Amino acid sequence: MLIKRAADIRSSEITDKKLYLNRREFISAAAATTAAVAAGVVGSEGLVQAATPAPHGRKLENVKPSAFSTDEKPNKWEEITTYNNYYEFGIDKDSPSMFARNLKTEPWTVAIDGECAKKGNMPLEDILKGETLEDRIYRHRCVEAWSMVIPWVGFPLANLIKKCEPTSKAKYIEFTTFFDTKQMSARTSAIRYPYVEGLRMDEAMHPLTIMAVGLYGEVIPNQDGAPMRLVVPWKYGFKHIKSINKIKFVEKAPLNTWQDQAANEYGFYANVNPSVDHPRWSQATERRIGEFLRRKTLMFNGYGDQVASLYTGMDLRRNY
Amino acid sequence: MRAFRPPKVESSPLKLTDRAVRFGLKPIVFLASLGPFFYLIWAALTGNLSANPLSDLTNETGVWTLRFVCITLAITPVRKLTGWNALVKFRRMAGLYAFFYGTLHLLTYAIVDRFAGLDQAVDWVEAIGAGHLPGMTLVASTARGLTKSIGEDIYKRPFITIGFAAWLTMLPLAITSTTGWIRRLGGKRWNLLHRLVYLTGILGPLHYWWLVKADVNRPLTYAAVVAILLGTRVLWNRTRRSVAVPARAPATHA
Repeated sequence: MLIKRAADIRSSEITDKKLYLNRREFISAAAATTAAVAAGVVGSEGLVQAATPAPHGRKLENVKPSAFSTDEKPNKWEEITTYNNYYEFGIDKDSPSMFARNLKTEPWTVAIDGECAKKGNMPLEDILKGETLEDRIYRHRCVEAWSMVIPWVGFPLANLIKKCEPTSKAKYIEFTTFFDTKQMSARTSAIRYPYVEGLRMDEAMHPLTIMAVGLYGEVIPNQDGAPMRLVVPWKYGFKHIKSINKIKFVEKAPLNTWQDQAANEYGFYANVNPSVDHPRWSQATERRIGEFLRRKTLMFNGYGDQVASLYTGMDLRRNY
Repeated sequence: MRAFRPPKVESSPLKLTDRAVRFGLKPIVFLASLGPFFYLIWAALTGNLSANPLSDLTNETGVWTLRFVCITLAITPVRKLTGWNALVKFRRMAGLYAFFYGTLHLLTYAIVDRFAGLDQAVDWVEAIGAGHLPGMTLVASTARGLTKSIGEDIYKRPFITIGFAAWLTMLPLAITSTTGWIRRLGGKRWNLLHRLVYLTGILGPLHYWWLVKADVNRPLTYAAVVAILLGTRVLWNRTRRSVAVPARAPATHA
């Protein structure tokens, strides 16, 4: 393996001590940094065995079935509660499952603001008052090209909107995720917090759009966005904002977090669309968690019959 | 007065005989380097990966490739710093492990990302499920489909292009890693060729960087490690050149 014996040091390669020592110091520092950094990488990237499925929560009562549910086989509780993105708890898919337990979801109030009559803090109990919870088994498609079938429990967002009595100026809704560094690890400065998402009013009022408060008939686990998260099944997962503590009715389309991060990659609409690729990967197929073969991604995630009319005349290639 | 070159450490703290390195340390390092490979197989078979094990296999093999590229690049600087010259005997192994994990990474991608998305994949699953081998027509059409699918991905997606290029830079190095090839090429040319690993070191973190959504810390870390490892070389070379030394072969400082 040794190619050639290194030549002995020549007299021409001699320098004064000071220069030499400086250089040596630099090299030692560089080596130390390398070692420290390498150790950090290995330490922080540990494999995924630490994922912990959510403990089972309180059973929700009087949950009604819904005609909007798919009859596809739902993913397992373990899958849904250990594999998702919730960057406030870390950037790995299992981070939310490990760090979300500290999130305090009771009591919970949602600040209602903007172009509406009922501004102010609305406790979650008031939001749920009079609501009939429904099982909504929906397909869920992440922008990262994986998907699941998730048995949410929730109620139509439209009902909540009506309670807020929006004015005619309310064309969009801006949602904000609760953010508190004490309860959320948010160990990386990967994205700006708090997380913000938005919907156009007609999207928000659509009967498929729900606020989910449960999973598999139980109270929704923290890692999946407790106590209340948005579900818009024809849109990519990043629209499904979690742990909402603020709802604001606005005139103009809000700047959602991922669009703010990379506008060329993530738009406002984020409708599932197999023919518009993410700039860095294809959206034509997806991996359903638990399956080996990739599925062909469906336009509007298979909800085209119900929602395509919302986008008549719009160039979905530009409005991605 | 002291030597102006890699800091020469007079006596290394690790004085091992050639025999001890060859028959003791080397087999241990060889087996340890297979650790991640066997761990991944074990974890995949026992359900100890995440809910998306195929994605984990792709990611982990990629990350281990980067780690072995870094280890390979670290050998020369560490050898010079510590004066433990026997380290060079591990360079080929480290480099080949980088290629090994890189090839696993490429294969995983080809199978779980590309093959699994082909229409032909359904026929394969059916054939294997029914307990017989897929026919020649299916094999041929799969090969065509897979080539097209991977080719398009390499062409369309910069991070795939970069990743594939990084793997390509390792290919000739793995092939010419044998003693026979060193002899055939001659030390000087062989050394020159094997500087391609610097390019691997640059392309690897770039490939990673381009893949992530917003969390660039990890790719940045690898980029920083490579920058330091390549930086020391630049520094050493420059300080060497600044002193008028008659030109000569770079010897083993690659």
